[in-house]
Amino acid sequence: MNPSGYFLEHLWLIPLFPLVTAALMLLIGRTLPRSAVSFFCVGSVFLSFVHAAGAVYQLMAASPENRVYQQILFEWITPGAMPGPGGLVNFVADWGYLLDPLSCVMVLVVTGVGFLIHVYSIGYMGHEGGYYRFFGYMNLFMFSMLTLVLANNLLLLFVGWEGVGLCSYLLIGFYFLKKSASDAGKKAFIVNRVGDTGFLLGIFLIATTFGTVRFTSQALSDPVAFPGILETLRTMVAQNPLLYGAPIFTGIALLLFVGATGKSAQLPLYVWLPDAMEGPTPVSALIHAATMVTAGVYMVARMSAIYQLAPFAMDVVAVVGATTAIFAASMAVVQNDIKKVLAYSTISQLGYMFLALGVGAFSAGIFHLMTHAFFKALLFLGAGSVIHALSGEQDIRKMGGLWNTIPATAVPFLIATLAIAGVPPLAGFFSKDEILGHAFNRHNGADRYLFLWTIGLITAGITAFYMFRLFFQTFRGRSRVATELEEHIHESPKSMTVPLAILAFLSICAGWFALPVLWGEENTFGTFLEPVLRRVQQETAAVELGHHTLFKEYLLMMASVGIAALGIWLAYRVYLQFPKLHSKIAEAWPRLHNVLLHKYYVDEIYDALFVNRVKDLSTALGVVDAKLIDGVGVDGAGWLARVASQISMWWDKWVIDGLVNVTGKITRGLSVPVRMFQTGVFSSYAMLILLGLAILLSYYGYHMHTIVRNLR
Amino acid sequence: MMPIGYYLFLSMALFLIGAIGVITRRNVIVVLMSIELILNAVNINLVAFSRMFGDVAGQVFALFIIADAAAEAAVGLGIIIAFFRNRETVMEDEMDLLKW
Repeated sequence: MNPSGYFLEHLWLIPLFPLVTAALMLLIGRTLPRSAVSFFCVGSVFLSFVHAAGAVYQLMAASPENRVYQQILFEWITPGAMPGPGGLVNFVADWGYLLDPLSCVMVLVVTGVGFLIHVYSIGYMGHEGGYYRFFGYMNLFMFSMLTLVLANNLLLLFVGWEGVGLCSYLLIGFYFLKKSASDAGKKAFIVNRVGDTGFLLGIFLIATTFGTVRFTSQALSDPVAFPGILETLRTMVAQNPLLYGAPIFTGIALLLFVGATGKSAQLPLYVWLPDAMEGPTPVSALIHAATMVTAGVYMVARMSAIYQLAPFAMDVVAVVGATTAIFAASMAVVQNDIKKVLAYSTISQLGYMFLALGVGAFSAGIFHLMTHAFFKALLFLGAGSVIHALSGEQDIRKMGGLWNTIPATAVPFLIATLAIAGVPPLAGFFSKDEILGHAFNRHNGADRYLFLWTIGLITAGITAFYMFRLFFQTFRGRSRVATELEEHIHESPKSMTVPLAILAFLSICAGWFALPVLWGEENTFGTFLEPVLRRVQQETAAVELGHHTLFKEYLLMMASVGIAALGIWLAYRVYLQFPKLHSKIAEAWPRLHNVLLHKYYVDEIYDALFVNRVKDLSTALGVVDAKLIDGVGVDGAGWLARVASQISMWWDKWVIDGLVNVTGKITRGLSVPVRMFQTGVFSSYAMLILLGLAILLSYYGYHMHTIVRNLR
Repeated sequence: MMPIGYYLFLSMALFLIGAIGVITRRNVIVVLMSIELILNAVNINLVAFSRMFGDVAGQVFALFIIADAAAEAAVGLGIIIAFFRNRETVMEDEMDLLKW
């Protein structure tokens, strides 16, 4: 029984609503009052959310195997025949939408969290200029992100991918009069270009390998005419089982992963995300925490069938993820900007997700993506509320003691902090525990994988530490707020605190999909996603995800709860019980503290290695331009032209004009005798006339008799 | 009736006086007067031959020429006055502008 219904048939409306309002805002938004801007922009996202929820509900009516709905609106790019598997294939990229369990999760997260953040923005951006511009960009972002997650092929996904990149750029640079903001926007855009290059090459390689970029042909009327990657891959592997680990799959997987490292801020392309905090806080929450940066995770999960055939690429993903997780977490420990801490935390949590993907636990990665979207959006919105309360202050050293003054912000913030720290039974505990459990099982006898779990566990401890450092510094202890600000501390309006409350609820409950694990059953979330993430080839021993015993499961849980508790306790000791202690620790290891404070000097190293080298290259090319192109080329051409014109001028002057002059001179010379008659004195003319008359008359007189004879 | 020869002689005499006047005099007004003499010589010729042939057309012609001479004198004097205003002279050897 294939799923159907109004909401599924109108799947295309989900991205269309925000697109329409985005166009409206960017065309005539300037003339609209703020209330109209809020109404249209938030309303369109709400409509998207309603349609998304309806579509998911109608999809769930089908049996798990049939939970796919695909809709091709029109053929978008039809270049015709191109080489593919088994001869020429008719390559078509359509503009089509695909709803399956994986995109269900994404579309609900994007529209749900997106809607809450839009509501929040009404309050947060209420006093800012460019209100319509902000909402126009936000809605354009919603359109792009929904295109990304609903796309039924890689090229359309890439359209959304670039669209969110553009909106990210526009919104990071929203305060474009601030140099640091516009610089951060450019940095994000340029760093993402590096990743996108790899992604695009990966798409090309997929197109030539499979002859199609459509994810699947399932739920299409004619699967032969509309081939999908998944089905082609299945056929290829069925024909040749030795394709497991083939270089072509490794190549595709690695290239796609390059794209993912750019968009999802992984090593070595994470540098743009901390700077992206220059944007307004709702932007950081929506784009740089909950949705856009998870696009890489979504994309890798979407391509899981290929990754599962490329064990080397999987290892790369896992190692990069784990390294990023601990690397970013260590930097978050010393940051003093409330949003920067959260930014590094986001990078670290994304690293977790990639660790999950890399060890083959795709559903765990998506699970963490979802829970992280809730609690990290909540953290950012909470941070925004704090910044709002303190009239723009972002330095946590100048906060403290806000627990009692702004409780409606502080309580949700505490819930999110507990969730990200991995305290049961909040969402973060379950998703993180699932990742760590899979990482632990990944080694399955091969001890070289055990370090992934170790890194993950240590990162969990650091995460708990720095998050509670942030919490204690901001909300507990003695107030260090500047006195002139202290009088103005105020709770945020309802439009901001209500989304906080809803997200807090989600941060608590979203993890409960994993509750069955506690009594030894499968995670319902994983079961839901399983049809999408299924392998195309039977598991081999090397990558088998061991199914561990319940006892081991509890031991692992206790380990992660234990290390989280340790982190929280340390933060309590260092920042709350002995507030002077952390500066003493910093003084005890000045070098370590310095390295962390300067973020391992990565920006400086990148500047030295790449940015300045590119600048040098530009300078060198500039010199080439000035000296060679301009100097030899342009100036040389000018010199040649001048010499040629000199010759031409000489020729003109002495030959062409000379001929003309000679003609004139000859005429003049010849006219000398004629001129002698033209005296200008008319009596001489009269004289000549008379003379002529006399000659004429004498002629007639002489011949008179002849004339008279002739007359007769 | 007087033979035609007398008339032609008078006419020739007038014409020569006029022609010599045109050639020799420097004052343009006198040149203009000399031209009138030439015209009158022509008139005498026309009238004389008209009488001789008994055809009145010659006398009509003479009348036209008298009218024409008057108009010509008016235009000529006008030109001379205009010229005098520019060059302060009516001596024809000083008005040699129409040359190369």
